[in-house]
Amino acid sequence: MVPLSYYLVLSGFLFACGVTGFLIKRNIITIFMSIELMLNGVNLSFVAFAAQWHALSGQVFVFFVMVVAAAEAAVGLAIIIAVYRTRETLNVDQVNLLKL
Amino acid sequence: MLHLILFSVFGLICAAAAVNLLVQSHPINSALSLVVVMGSLAVEYLLLGAEFVAAVQVIVYAGAIMVLFVFVIMLLNAGKDERTKGSRVSLFIGIPGVTIGSVLMAWVLITHSGTRSVEAGALPGDPRQIAQLLFHQFLLPFEVTSILVLIAIMGAVVLAARPEALQPTEEKN
Repeated sequence: MVPLSYYLVLSGFLFACGVTGFLIKRNIITIFMSIELMLNGVNLSFVAFAAQWHALSGQVFVFFVMVVAAAEAAVGLAIIIAVYRTRETLNVDQVNLLKL
Repeated sequence: MLHLILFSVFGLICAAAAVNLLVQSHPINSALSLVVVMGSLAVEYLLLGAEFVAAVQVIVYAGAIMVLFVFVIMLLNAGKDERTKGSRVSLFIGIPGVTIGSVLMAWVLITHSGTRSVEAGALPGDPRQIAQLLFHQFLLPFEVTSILVLIAIMGAVVLAARPEALQPTEEKN
C-alpha cells in the first residue's frame, strides 16, 4: 500500500524537473525532451488519481495525452529539422529573428 | 510492504534519471536518461494496476518517441550544449522560491492529503475494460485523435522535407 501523496510528490518532482530543464537548457532538442518529461509527470498523477477513485477514465485520458505527445513529437522534431536547415544551429539563443 | 519498496526503488531511479537529464550537457545522454525515466514510470503504472497504460508507455514513449528523438540527434549531429549565464533574478529569487514552494507542496501533500492508500494492483486496468470505455464513452475523442495523428503525419512530412523535394518543377541545384 503506497499512499497517493507519494505518487503525487514524484509526479510534481518530474514536472518541476521538466520546467527547470525547459528554462535552463539551450539546446532545442533537450528543451523538447523537458516537455516530454512534464507530460510524463502529469500522466503519473492521472494514473494515481484513477487508482485512488477507481475511475478508469483517468487511464483513458493518459492514452489521449500519449497520442497528443506522439503527434507533438513528430511535428516538433520536423520543425527542429527545418530550423536546423535554415539557421544551421540548435541553440535557441541564436534563433532570435523575432527578438526586438 | 513489497509495493512500497518497489515504488521507492523505481521512484528513486526515476527521479535520479530526471535530474541526470538536467545535468548532462550532451543531448544523447539526456535522451537516454529520459528512456530510463519512462521505463521506471512504466513500472510505477504497473504498481498502480494500470497494465494497459504501462504497456503503451513502453511501446509508444520509451520506444517510438525516444527513437524519434535519438534519430534526430543523430541526424543533426547535435553537439555539446553551451551554457549561457543565468540572470541574477533567477539566482536570488527563482531558485529559493522554487525550493521553498516545492518543499511546502510536498509537505502539504504528505501530511494533509487523504489517508486512503492506493492498493497496488487493486484497480482493474486491463485492456478489455479500457477498450470498453474507449470505444463507448470516449468514441468521439478517439476518432478525433485519429484525425490529429493524420494531420501530424502530413505536417511532419511537409515540414521535414527539403524545399526542393516539394517543388518537382523547379530545377535542382
